[in-house]
Amino acid sequence: MLKAKIFVELKPSVLDPQGKAVTNSLHNLGFEDVSQTRIGKYIEIVFDSSDREYVSKETTRICDSLLANPNTETYRFELMEIMS
Amino acid sequence: MKVSVITFPGSNCDHDAYEVFRSRGHITRMIWHKDHDLQNPDLVILPGGFSYGDYLRCGALARFSPIMNEVIAFAEKSGFVIGICNGFQILTEAGLLPGALMRNNSINFVCKHQMLRVESANSPFTQGIKVGSLLDTPIAHKEGNYFIDPDGLKALQDNDQILFRYCDAQGQISPQANPNGSLDNIAGIVNKGRNVLGMMPHPERSATESVYSQDGKRIFEALESYFDGGN
Repeated sequence: MLKAKIFVELKPSVLDPQGKAVTNSLHNLGFEDVSQTRIGKYIEIVFDSSDREYVSKETTRICDSLLANPNTETYRFELMEIMS
Repeated sequence: MKVSVITFPGSNCDHDAYEVFRSRGHITRMIWHKDHDLQNPDLVILPGGFSYGDYLRCGALARFSPIMNEVIAFAEKSGFVIGICNGFQILTEAGLLPGALMRNNSINFVCKHQMLRVESANSPFTQGIKVGSLLDTPIAHKEGNYFIDPDGLKALQDNDQILFRYCDAQGQISPQANPNGSLDNIAGIVNKGRNVLGMMPHPERSATESVYSQDGKRIFEALESYFDGGN
């Protein structure tokens, strides 16, 4: 079996008010070296297949059709063999 | 008019919309999101709420509800569709309107009365309303921050697709009058075909005598006169 570890991130051109608020809180906590925080999503999908090429294609289709909004987000993923 | 209001799991403004159209004398039906028949409407309403709990992204899961195939086909055949609040988010996710609705720049849920300026009378939803008219309409959302890339924004402006902008009580469009950080103070847009309207403010919550403002009614009156005019 393969597990896809998917990261969905806001495009650099898109403002991230949530990340900005976290940066402010980190400054308040004394982490003054923090210059930027960006918040994204992490998604795991487990496939009933060990065919990396197939799973990679499927994960791309899944990201394009649902997991990421192409207007505002980009995605990347890595595949990992897991024991069933 | 014959009006079909779609209910998704988590919709909470479907009954408000239903009641407004029913009380205005229209044949109004509630349609469950798993249905496959829109029942031959003149107008489809995608109501406000929190469809699918706003999981993943607002509107992203509702966009794949069974009835959306019919809504997309209806819109592509020039049928009239209004998406209000969560309905607007669903329309962008479905690709019926360009852009996306992001987290408010304040990160807060914003619930208040908001002035809108009518920016174009060139649509069935605003015909007869003077450009520059102000509408006092409630907003209630956390993801209403309209975003589109620069080319997309230019296309909206060039094609006169921006119908409503957030403004102050004097009608000034400014960052201070922008409740959520929307690009260009955009509150509502139409598609190129001018038959699909998406807006974050709630005209259905400002359309009856029992509430504070009746300004939202003017959008419904515009549509009614469009249909009465035999168009």
